[in-house]
Amino acid sequence: MNRRTFILAGAALATATGAGAACSGPAGLAYWNLFSGGDGARMTEMVGAIGARLDAVTLAWGTPYYTKLAMAAAGGRAPDLAVLHLSRLPGFAPLGLLDPFDDDLLAAHGLTPDRFPAAVWNRARHNGRTYAVPLDTHPLVLFYNTELCGKAGLLQDGKLKPVRGERQLLDAFGKAGLALAAARDVNPWRLFWTLYRQQNGQGLLDDGKALTALRLLQKIGATARFTDNNAAVALFGSGQAGFFWNGEWELPTFQEQHTPFDVAPFPQIYDRPAVHADSHSFVLPHQRDRDPARTARTVAAIAELVGQSLTWARGGHIPAYQPVAASPAYLNLLPQANYRSAAAEAELDPPVWFAGAASDLQSSAGATIGAVLGGTMSPEAALGELKATVVRLKNTPSPS
Amino acid sequence: MNRSGFWFVVPFLVLYAAFLIAPMVIGLGASVTDEGITGHASFVGAANYAELFQDPAVWSSLGHTLVFTVVSTPAIVLVGLAMALLANRATPERWLYRLAFFAPYLLPVSVVVLIWSWLYQPGFGLINDLLTRLGLGEVGWLSTDGMAMTSIIITTVWWTAGFGFLLYLAALQEIPRQLYEASALDGATPFQQLRRITLPLLSRTHQLVIVLQVLASLKVFDQIYLLSGQGGVPGVRSIVQYIYESGFTRFRIGYASAISYVFFALIAAVALLHFRLTAPKASKGAER
Repeated sequence: MNRRTFILAGAALATATGAGAACSGPAGLAYWNLFSGGDGARMTEMVGAIGARLDAVTLAWGTPYYTKLAMAAAGGRAPDLAVLHLSRLPGFAPLGLLDPFDDDLLAAHGLTPDRFPAAVWNRARHNGRTYAVPLDTHPLVLFYNTELCGKAGLLQDGKLKPVRGERQLLDAFGKAGLALAAARDVNPWRLFWTLYRQQNGQGLLDDGKALTALRLLQKIGATARFTDNNAAVALFGSGQAGFFWNGEWELPTFQEQHTPFDVAPFPQIYDRPAVHADSHSFVLPHQRDRDPARTARTVAAIAELVGQSLTWARGGHIPAYQPVAASPAYLNLLPQANYRSAAAEAELDPPVWFAGAASDLQSSAGATIGAVLGGTMSPEAALGELKATVVRLKNTPSPS
Repeated sequence: MNRSGFWFVVPFLVLYAAFLIAPMVIGLGASVTDEGITGHASFVGAANYAELFQDPAVWSSLGHTLVFTVVSTPAIVLVGLAMALLANRATPERWLYRLAFFAPYLLPVSVVVLIWSWLYQPGFGLINDLLTRLGLGEVGWLSTDGMAMTSIIITTVWWTAGFGFLLYLAALQEIPRQLYEASALDGATPFQQLRRITLPLLSRTHQLVIVLQVLASLKVFDQIYLLSGQGGVPGVRSIVQYIYESGFTRFRIGYASAISYVFFALIAAVALLHFRLTAPKASKGAER
C-alpha cells in the first residue's frame, strides 16, 4: 500500500463514518430478516401494513445470515429486531447473543404463552426467560398432484386417502411417483428426523429406531429420481410426479404454475404423529446499550407483525399466533388450512447448539442420509456415519 | 542521515502494524485459548492444535486447497504464456488480443462468479444449452464435488490468467529483436526460436509468475465460497473457507486462529523451500 492509497483509504473511512452517523438516527427500528422471493414480498407487505416504522434489511438465507447476525450481536450494536429460526435459539441465547424479553411487556401487547402453540413456545424459552416470539410453524408436508393421484386411485372425494404405515406409503409413491430433494439438501435430514420422532426416538441417536427410518428412506429413494430440490420442484410442478415431499414453503411455486395439486399433512407412518418443522421467530439481538423505549416500540412492532400473519400464511406457513390461526379467514384459506394440524405435531431439531436451520448437523446428516436416498450408501453404513457425526459435534467444545 | 524517508513510510507502517502485525500477534494469543465471538476466552494450552490435527475437515479442506493449487497453477501459467505469445505477434488485431486476454482480470470476483454460475446452469445455461444442441449430454457443472472443483478451476483460469499474461507480455517485449533476426539468418525455425531463445529468456518471469500464482492459489476462498452457493459444500471447501467457518459461523475464534497458524507454517515452509531451490543459482550468478 502506498501513500496515495493511504490518503484515499483515509478519505473513504471518513466518508463511511460520516454516512454511518447519518443513518443511525432514531427514525425507524432496524429490522434484519432472511426472506427473499415470495416470502420477502409478503414480509415487505406486512412491514408496510403496520403502524410501527421498520427499516428492513434482507440478507441471504442460511449460514451467511446467521454469521452476520451473530457478529452484529457480538459487537453489541445489533439491529433492534431480527428473525431467527427457533431451532437456532440453543446456539444463540446461551452465548448472550440475544436479549431476553420482559414477559410483562410481552403480555401488555397480548403476546402471552396461551396464544402460541406449546410446541414452539417452549422452544422460545431458555433458562426460564422468553427469547423469541414465534411468527409461524413451517413443517414438512406432502404435496400431491390431484390428477395423477386420481388416476392412480389414491383419492377419495377429491382428497388423498389416509396413508398409514410403511406399506401404504411405498404403495402410494410407487403408483403415482415421488419427487423429492435428496442431492445437496437438508431435506433428507428433515425426513429422517420426522420418521425418527414418529417412533418416539429419543436424543441423538437410538440405533434401532434410526435404522428403521433409514431402511424406509432407502426403499423410498428407490422409487424416486435422485435430484436436487430445483429439479424435484420442476418434476412435480410440470406433472411428472404425483407426490412431492418437502416443506410447505414451496406452495406458492405450484400455485403460480397452476399445477393441479393439494396438500396433506405428513403421513403418520409409525406410532405417533410427528413432523419436522421449524419456526421463524422474532428476537432481540444483543445490544450493549439497550434503550427501554426502543425495546418497547420493538415489542409493539412484533405484536403488530404477528397480527398480520394471515398475509404470511399465503406463503404456506402456519401462523403461530392463535388469534389468527383460529380465525375464519385462515380456516378458509386453502390449501393452507388443510395441514394446520401439523403445528401441534411440530418436531424441531434437537435442542443442542450444533443443530437447527443451516447448521452443521443438518448439512452433515443431510449429506449422509441423501446418500441413502440416492442408493449409494447402505442404511447400516449411514447409521455409523451419523453416529460419528454426532460424536464429533458433541466432542467439539461448545462456543463461548 | 536523512530522516525524511522515514516520514514517507510512516503511513504505511502504521497500517502495516495495525492490520497485519497486531492481528498476527493477537491471533497467536487467541490460538491457545477457547475464545468465542463474545470475547470470553480462557487458556486451553495446545488443545486447539491437538484438535485440529484430528479434525478430518481440516485435512479434507487442506486437500482441496492443494488440489486446487496443483491443478490451477500450471493451467494459469501455461494459458497466460500462450496468450502472451499470441498477443506478442505483430498482427494488426494485436490490441484486441491484449484487451480481451487481460479484461477478465479486471472484474471483481462477484461479477466473475455471477457470469460463470449462469454459464454453468443446468438446463438453460449457455454451456449446457450448447452441449444439448450439439446432441451431447448435459454436464452437472456444479452438482457433484469433482465437477464443481473442475468448474471452479476453469473459472479461475479464465479470471486470473490475465495477470500472468501481463507479466509474460512485458518480459517478451524485453527480449532483444536481434536475437530472433540472428537466429533466423542461421536458419532456426519458429519452434526452435521459441525453445532456445524465448523460453530460456523468460526463466526469471516463470519463477515470478509461478511463485505469485502458488501463493494466490493457496489462499483461494472467494470463488469457491461464492460458486458453491455460500453454504460451504464440504466437497470443495478450501482451508481458508474452513478457517472462516470455524471462526465466524461456528463462533470459535481460538480454534480458527490455530488452524490459521498451522496453515501459515505450511506456506512459510513452501516459501523457504522456494528460497533453497533458487538461492544457489542466484549466488552462482553473483560470483561470475
